[in-house]
Amino acid sequence: MSLQPPAEGWYETPVARDERSWVAVATVVCLCLYVWMIGWHIYGRQNPSSISYRIEPAEYMQLHTAWVPRYQIGEENGVPVVAPPPNSDVFLLGQMWRWAPVLVLQKGQEYTFHLASVDLLHGFSLQPVNMNFMVYPGYDYVLRFRPTETGEFTVVCNEFCGIGHHMMTGKIYVVESAAEIEHLRQRFQAPQQ
Amino acid sequence: MMYQAPIFRLCEITGLRVDRTGERLIRANAVAAVVAFLIAVVGALLLVLTRWQTVHLLPAEWYYRILTLHGVNALIFWIVFFEIAGLYFGSTIVLNSPFCAPKTGWFAFGLTVAGFLLTNAMILSGQADVLMTSYVPLQAHPLYYLGIILFALGALVGVFLFFGNLMVARRAGTYGATLPLFTYGLAAAAIIAVITLVSGAIIYVPTLLWAMGVLPKLDAGLYKLVWWGLGHPAQQINVSAMVAVWYLAAYLTVGGISVNERISRIAFLLYILFICLASAHHLLVDPAVSSVWKVWNTSYAMYLAVLASMIHAFAVPASIEAAQRARGYTRGLFQWLAKAPWGNPTFSATVLAIIGFGFIGGITGVIYGMEQTNIIVHNTLGIPGHFKGTVVLGTTLTFMGITYYLIPLVFRRRIVGMGLARLQPWMFAIGIALLAVSMIGLGVLGVPRRHWDIGFSMAPFRYEFPAVADLLWVLFALGGLLAVLGALSWIGIVVASVFFGPRLQGAEDMPLPIATPVRTQHSTAGKFVAPGTFVLTLVFLVTFLVFFWLNWKWLAATWEVR
Repeated sequence: MSLQPPAEGWYETPVARDERSWVAVATVVCLCLYVWMIGWHIYGRQNPSSISYRIEPAEYMQLHTAWVPRYQIGEENGVPVVAPPPNSDVFLLGQMWRWAPVLVLQKGQEYTFHLASVDLLHGFSLQPVNMNFMVYPGYDYVLRFRPTETGEFTVVCNEFCGIGHHMMTGKIYVVESAAEIEHLRQRFQAPQQ
Repeated sequence: MMYQAPIFRLCEITGLRVDRTGERLIRANAVAAVVAFLIAVVGALLLVLTRWQTVHLLPAEWYYRILTLHGVNALIFWIVFFEIAGLYFGSTIVLNSPFCAPKTGWFAFGLTVAGFLLTNAMILSGQADVLMTSYVPLQAHPLYYLGIILFALGALVGVFLFFGNLMVARRAGTYGATLPLFTYGLAAAAIIAVITLVSGAIIYVPTLLWAMGVLPKLDAGLYKLVWWGLGHPAQQINVSAMVAVWYLAAYLTVGGISVNERISRIAFLLYILFICLASAHHLLVDPAVSSVWKVWNTSYAMYLAVLASMIHAFAVPASIEAAQRARGYTRGLFQWLAKAPWGNPTFSATVLAIIGFGFIGGITGVIYGMEQTNIIVHNTLGIPGHFKGTVVLGTTLTFMGITYYLIPLVFRRRIVGMGLARLQPWMFAIGIALLAVSMIGLGVLGVPRRHWDIGFSMAPFRYEFPAVADLLWVLFALGGLLAVLGALSWIGIVVASVFFGPRLQGAEDMPLPIATPVRTQHSTAGKFVAPGTFVLTLVFLVTFLVFFWLNWKWLAATWEVR
């Protein structure tokens, strides 16, 4: 009786069979959810990393600018195209309002991404794979990605970062083998139309 | 403090003594809630017509501005004003007791109204295009933060007045040994509100200083962590208050009594104890916090706050079923439901809210709140899709529903437009359900939330979402427009009734009957009290497992990441 105090003996009232069963089932489900998350860390292949470093935006910018020319193979729409070797570090920069550089990765190889922003919060949203991570100024988020399919992928910004937020996109190409990187090198070295 | 003798009137409908000063405070807060809700609804209409890019109504700047306006008014002002009215109602009228400090009550109301006006003025003048979350280092005008602080301060005073009222009632012994379940649920909400508002102060005060240039820098990670200490538990206040109203509505409409008060109360206790670090749900794909921290703090080894909601999800419908069965509707599993008072808008609103909250808000909430599955939904439209299910279809519809009783009981007016009132919960529920489900679908496709142009027409790289998105956007618009219509109908009915409705003369004028409670005499031990509800909860469980399986399957199909 929700408007009056409960009836005499309410505290001792035994729990009905259906309510008791439901609470038991619900409890088991809740426990399983917790165990499942831990289990996925052991058996699953998609887990957010626990590695991140504090880094001043200026320092990250230096790392990024020093790294880009090292593996640059050309330029697309005014954005450098970079093909880092497998198992190397990738400094993908989020800045109002661009993702830089364009990346060329190889399928099945692992790359250590360092995601960081130099101004506001940004959202790294890889489409159409649909993987989403937050990008902060002041933090280097270390995520080791292994692309499992080839193709062209777009990085959308999905954290509001000011009036140009909806113009902030980037690109990732995933190729089958190192040989295919050469095709892309020719394509992006050619003078832009 | 000067003692003011309360002036009572005797309610001939409920037989309760009503403190007139407390009643005026309830009315004032309720009116402010409706004003905030109207702003939120107008904002919602503009947003639906902008994100549905076939119309694309607002320019980019105004889209983000109205999005800020909508979020702040819908999630903060509307709900908190209504909850303060509810807290005062539950601690004075329900307890047959006076309001402890009416002058302080008006002071609190003044603060909240000042905060409400200041915040909205700053948003509309274009000096706070930071969205509701205002993630640092995004910066608004200092007066924006000051507005929020004033509002939170007023709300905090209101919450303490609620505790004061409880104390006065307890001392005077106006309600017996134990708080009624409704007020107990509100007390849970009030305790969570204190935790929440303190978190709010911890983050908004330094942010204000930073915006004024006093503090040189604020850490973006720290801001987001503490801000969600306000943002997420604030939703738990809503859940707790909403469930309290569910029990109230079940009682008023069919005479439903919790089948086991102890279990229902334990469930409210779980809300208080296990929601504190809910901000973890918002940092699952963020740097700076580890997986151990995330997994532990989202679940505390098991989802005890989720368990609480699952308990209520059984207990509330079970109270309805048990009352209906005691009335003789015992045939089959569902005669009690078929013979329920569907013509009573409070009843239909409550049932639709329970279904929507559980099936749309609850299922997505649990799955999206798991560390790994959050990867495929974070900041997509699926997230607002989830909380359209919880806070709009759940809380807002519940609050709408109960007003059909509160207007005659508190404002002493009859309902104008009862015919429309019977339709209104359905319009709103179907509209929001359609809107939420299409947003969840768009989220699966990766469509970002808070985004003006998903055609990326001015971006260096274009991306086209799968063609099925176009269909979902049409459903989104249809649902949104229907929900706006339902919301405006409710506002129309409320305003017409409160200001122009015929005055209530006596109990025979009561537009909706208050059901006589039916108490079953025999013991419940070892028996099924609500077999129909039990079957429905199992259907819920199966739906949950299907959506769980789908999401983990989708996750497993993405790139590997560690």
